[in-house]
Amino acid sequence: MGKGAERIVIEPVTRVEGHGKVTILLDEQRQVQEARLHIVEFRGFERFIQGRPLWEIPVLVQRLCGICPVSHHLCAAKAIDHIVGADQLTATAHKMRLLMHHGQFLQSHALHFFHLCSPDLLFGFDADVAKRNVIGIIGAHPELARQGVLLRKYGQEIIRATAGKKIHGTGAIPGGINKNLSLAERDDLLTDLEQIVAWSRDVVTLAKDYTLEHLEELAPLGSFDSSHMAIVRDDGAYDIYDGRLRACSAEGEVILDHADNQTYHHVLAEEVRPWSYMKFPFIRELGPRDGWYRVGPLARLNVCDYFDTPLAEAARKEFAAVTGGKPCNVTMAYHWARMIELLHSAETIDQLLHDPDLQGNDLVVTGERRLEGVGIIEAPRGTLFHHYRVNEDDQITMCNLIVSTTSNNEPMNRAVKKVAMDHLNGVETITEGMLNRVEVAIRAYDPCLSCATHAMGQMPLVVELHDADGAVLDKRVRDA
Amino acid sequence: MEQTLEFTIDGLPVTAAPGETIMAAADAAGIYIPRLCAMKGLSPFGACRLCTVLVDGRSQSACTQPAAAGMVVENDTEQLQGFRKNLIDMLFVEGNHFCMACEKSGNCELQALAYRFGILAPKYQYQFPQREIDASHPDVLLDRNRCILCARCVRASQELDGKEIAGFVGRGGEKHLAASSGCGFVGTDVAADDAALAACPVGALLRKRVGFSTPIGQRKYDHQPIGCEKELRPEKSSTTSDVQKGVAS
Ligand code: SF4
Ligand code: FES
Repeated sequence: MGKGAERIVIEPVTRVEGHGKVTILLDEQRQVQEARLHIVEFRGFERFIQGRPLWEIPVLVQRLCGICPVSHHLCAAKAIDHIVGADQLTATAHKMRLLMHHGQFLQSHALHFFHLCSPDLLFGFDADVAKRNVIGIIGAHPELARQGVLLRKYGQEIIRATAGKKIHGTGAIPGGINKNLSLAERDDLLTDLEQIVAWSRDVVTLAKDYTLEHLEELAPLGSFDSSHMAIVRDDGAYDIYDGRLRACSAEGEVILDHADNQTYHHVLAEEVRPWSYMKFPFIRELGPRDGWYRVGPLARLNVCDYFDTPLAEAARKEFAAVTGGKPCNVTMAYHWARMIELLHSAETIDQLLHDPDLQGNDLVVTGERRLEGVGIIEAPRGTLFHHYRVNEDDQITMCNLIVSTTSNNEPMNRAVKKVAMDHLNGVETITEGMLNRVEVAIRAYDPCLSCATHAMGQMPLVVELHDADGAVLDKRVRDA
Repeated sequence: MEQTLEFTIDGLPVTAAPGETIMAAADAAGIYIPRLCAMKGLSPFGACRLCTVLVDGRSQSACTQPAAAGMVVENDTEQLQGFRKNLIDMLFVEGNHFCMACEKSGNCELQALAYRFGILAPKYQYQFPQREIDASHPDVLLDRNRCILCARCVRASQELDGKEIAGFVGRGGEKHLAASSGCGFVGTDVAADDAALAACPVGALLRKRVGFSTPIGQRKYDHQPIGCEKELRPEKSSTTSDVQKGVAS
């Protein structure tokens, strides 16, 4: 770091899934130069699974993440499907996996919204942190808190019925699934379904009304123009399980479309930067400087053409109308987008539970064996890539993963930089307001570190202001 | 009619045919003695010591010791169960047993014993040994990370399959199972449906591509603790209290 530059470090005290800290670099004029969110990724995993038999991988990879193991489970299963030559799963296997995935979306999005986001929304960003958490929500909005808990629980029940257990189940196996949905399991799940869809609808309204009412305050918060990326079906339909990569610019021009999943590295590259363990993926055509992009709920809504369920599609149209059909680049709009996805998952679960294919007995297919396979899926936090190579003896020889938090790394840096620029320029102390907004902006992306470290509704932070020689000018600590 | 001998296990009268082991007699009487290396149909081996009982006050392995008239056997005592619990615990830390990612989970005797004995996390330190996998055979895989050296596969291969697929090499901590060919299992006549594979109590000697094809809920120990199938009155055992009847993970 050059003489005269200052560094502010914001560090979550508790290290859980992905420990992160924020460094804000000031230039000599005390202007914000750059912001960096450091995330310690569990990179050792890619080496750890060397030599393991390929059929173990979809279960083994769930150890990667305690937050969305189902996404890794299904993504790995898709990659291994390709290796065992299962190019077309049976209807039962495909729909069971879809059901599992939508159950995961329901539980993950419900957790994020009710535990992590609703306190900010309902109490305001500057409310006392002692109150601005899920405990505060339970006290002030007990009915909302109850719905959040039950929506999440319903998602977990779907996972249990499809994967055998709420966490770390075994449902997806190479070429298919190990069970169908019994009529008893289906009837159990049907009991509460109507209520689940109704609550999902209500929460979309809540997120929409809040966003539109506070648009003036929310629009600039951690916002910036960016490209957006997600998988979509060939006809442009939103699909979180199956599809091909599409990316659009901040203005909505198509950058890439129908990219072949198995050769994703032809369109995407990964850059390593000296200050972070994390890789920085970028769209090759745009180069390492401009090729970064956003993933997750906002990107998916920006990139897709339509939802195939009526309520979510109506909600998407309202969302798109705000920006006149162009992509929305407002960071805080992630929450509204996320709730539209929650509604879509509830509706899809409704369709699937009424589909007799789920009671089929044709569970697994095989085909011609290959030595390499890629799986791409939309995880709750964004596009997820699993890429494996195997040897003739069925052992893994290479693994490359791109997780959603990695793709959103650069966007989160931009969001923090934007907040810092709005609050810090020329000021030598870290205000409570800035601290709150750094937290809120990172949280909009629902990164693993955010939801792990503030599962109780609050992100523990240490903020330090350093001068050029490393002496502490100012320090703020916020415990969880 | 053949003569029978009478003795007691934990005070209960038990009968045995001459030459019958304490374990066989206990099984017939509906009394469970924990075990790992013993398996019905295979010659006794006496390696794991999990079946250790007190015979007239002296410790003996029930799987090898023939019953004798009038002997007083202690099995379900606090001391013996504690001793067994420690042995199970040590087997876990000695190898690399990550149940969560193991395809034998729910069907594994070691895991099932841990559940029966209420072990949720080992109290000893994990050793994290470096162990090799033999994946050379097209249909058979040996993951030594989970091998507990019980020799059930070795005996089953010899006694049931009429083959000689594997044996032990090395000593102490270095002791490991090796295929009886210089180039791994691919050089042996092992076959996927050999009794040797079915005999493995853990996820070490496996048929390839089976993986997780049995859903959770349909696995052997999903609904009742190991040993219950042998027990006349499982509720009487000190190791099957309600809290320990957890479903395998
Ligand atoms: S491979 Fe299985 S049966 Fe053979 S010695 Fe090891 S644990 Fe025992
Ligand atoms: S069962 Fe008797 S020593 Fe192993």
